[in-house]
Amino acid sequence: MSDSVVSISGLSKTFAKADITALDDISLEIGQREFVSLIGPSGCGKSTLLRAVGDIVEPTAGSVEVNGKPARRARLDGDYGIVFQAPVLYDWRTVAKNIALPLEMLGWDRARRVARVKEMVELVDLAGFEDHHPWQLSGGMQQRVSIARAFSFSPALLLMDEPFGALDEMTRERLNLELLRLWLETESTVIFVTHSISEAVFLSTRVVVMSARPGRVSAIVPIDLPQPRMAATREEARFFELVTEVREALHAGGADLA
Amino acid sequence: MSTIAATIAGRAKAAAATRSALSRGGVLALVLAALWGLWEGYRWLWIATGWGWPFAVDDITMPHLHAIVAQLFEPSRTGGPLLISVLFHSAVFTAKEAVVGFAVGASVGFLLGVAISQFRVLQRGLMPYVVASQTIPILAIAPMVVVGLGNMQVAGWTPAPWLRVAVIAAYLTFFPVTVNTIRGLQSADPRALELMHSYAAGRWAVLWKLRVPSAMPYLFSAFKVSATASVVGAIIGEAPSSIPDGLGGAIINFNQYYALAPESLWATNLVAAALGITFFLVALGVERVAVRRAPEHLA
Ligand SMILES: Nc1ncnc2c1ncn2[C@@H]1O[C@H](COP(=O)(O)OP(=O)(O)OP(=O)(O)O)[C@@H](O)[C@H]1O
Ligand SMILES: [Mg+2]
Repeated sequence: MSDSVVSISGLSKTFAKADITALDDISLEIGQREFVSLIGPSGCGKSTLLRAVGDIVEPTAGSVEVNGKPARRARLDGDYGIVFQAPVLYDWRTVAKNIALPLEMLGWDRARRVARVKEMVELVDLAGFEDHHPWQLSGGMQQRVSIARAFSFSPALLLMDEPFGALDEMTRERLNLELLRLWLETESTVIFVTHSISEAVFLSTRVVVMSARPGRVSAIVPIDLPQPRMAATREEARFFELVTEVREALHAGGADLA
Repeated sequence: MSTIAATIAGRAKAAAATRSALSRGGVLALVLAALWGLWEGYRWLWIATGWGWPFAVDDITMPHLHAIVAQLFEPSRTGGPLLISVLFHSAVFTAKEAVVGFAVGASVGFLLGVAISQFRVLQRGLMPYVVASQTIPILAIAPMVVVGLGNMQVAGWTPAPWLRVAVIAAYLTFFPVTVNTIRGLQSADPRALELMHSYAAGRWAVLWKLRVPSAMPYLFSAFKVSATASVVGAIIGEAPSSIPDGLGGAIINFNQYYALAPESLWATNLVAAALGITFFLVALGVERVAVRRAPEHLA
């Protein structure tokens, strides 16, 4: 498919040493400007799928193509922005320099870097904190730096692994809105791992439900809530219907939602 | 608003700094008093009971501490300058050897650590020799190195005696730096490494932008150990090659007159200790400035 940003076909991953089949024959097409959430029980292979797409782990079988290129080529071309659950900032760099890190690696000149960092700092609402060090920020602010860093070089694809998992509910909902704004303003495509059904529904254009042992795609739920989404979206009847639909898909996939 | 807040915060910080400086000064005074008490108490007890084990105590084996300190302000010889002034010049001479030795040893140690961590072959091939080098007693190799290098000629140039001593200081410096460099470079956050991988960062970019900065706290731990070791190396290096200008020379010299004036040797030891502590404090000070980390990361 030529209009796919991500094209996953027959992807399997076995960790030979631990004798664990983390992913079993996964196929998935993700289009331009989609926001796809992966949800499923713990250990079903969400992180592994994300890492295989990002060419961090080598698949045992199958292939991943990003913008029509093999994952490795896409990585070397700087097509990925990555956000982890922990912010993973460099303590010895200021906020501005943390955001500029990928720009340095991609060889942007100084003037361009400074201009882009300024832009990003404003987008994630951190103006005035440019010269702070990470340890001087709250957890939510640190994660905003990490998101700004991932978006800074306008990568074709954003891979986010439970980026808000460690934050409190209120911070999380605010950052959800900020993320959607960033996503709408940039041309990016997002793959987003979460444990929260409502977060997945609120953010996504599609929710991919996975089942465990071996990790498979058990259902795909398209989310037809209108854009742009707002705080009030969470109170619409359609929102609750979709949350229910995803929850049932999770149960059908054998997820034990305690 | 924010300036007022900043001023208040600044004042509170200054007050806290003064308090901590005062309490640190207090602790230092207490420790010094305790050491003095230990020395004089031990002396008094051994003399009063007449114990001969492990050695008999008298004014020769253990002079009074105040006598040792007073000796610093006596002329070093009849009509000569005060002992403290002589020892000060010796300490400066030894410090020069130690500083050069430290700089060379730390650089070599760091580069060796980087090379070993970057090339797996070297880990096998080089590491055993690095470790073995530290099992050779420094007292055995010091004369060989200092005298041996003195017989060496490179294009008509022979290294000056103090430079040869600096080699011994470097020899004691490099090992902790190598070991901690290797450990420090491996201490980088695995997810930060994945991030660099995702930016298609090359080996050297990962090294300079991530691994070396992550290694800084480890490096400074090594520098603090090595700073004092370089002073010890310089003193030991001077002794066997009869270089008279440094503290090692002073120790050899006063050792010969120990029975007559034991206080002079002890005073020299005090000055040597002070030099070592100074080196440590300089390393600590540089660390405070250089390592930008969350406060709890600083020792
Ligand atoms: N490096 C590895 N070596 C061996 N096994 C691994 C490795 N990484 C992951 N696994 C295994 O693969 C399976 C999937 O792991 P993965 O981290 O992808 O799950 P996950 O869906 O992200 O779980 P969670 O929701 O808890 O983050 C697990 O059973 C895990 O133990
Ligand atoms: Mg995971």
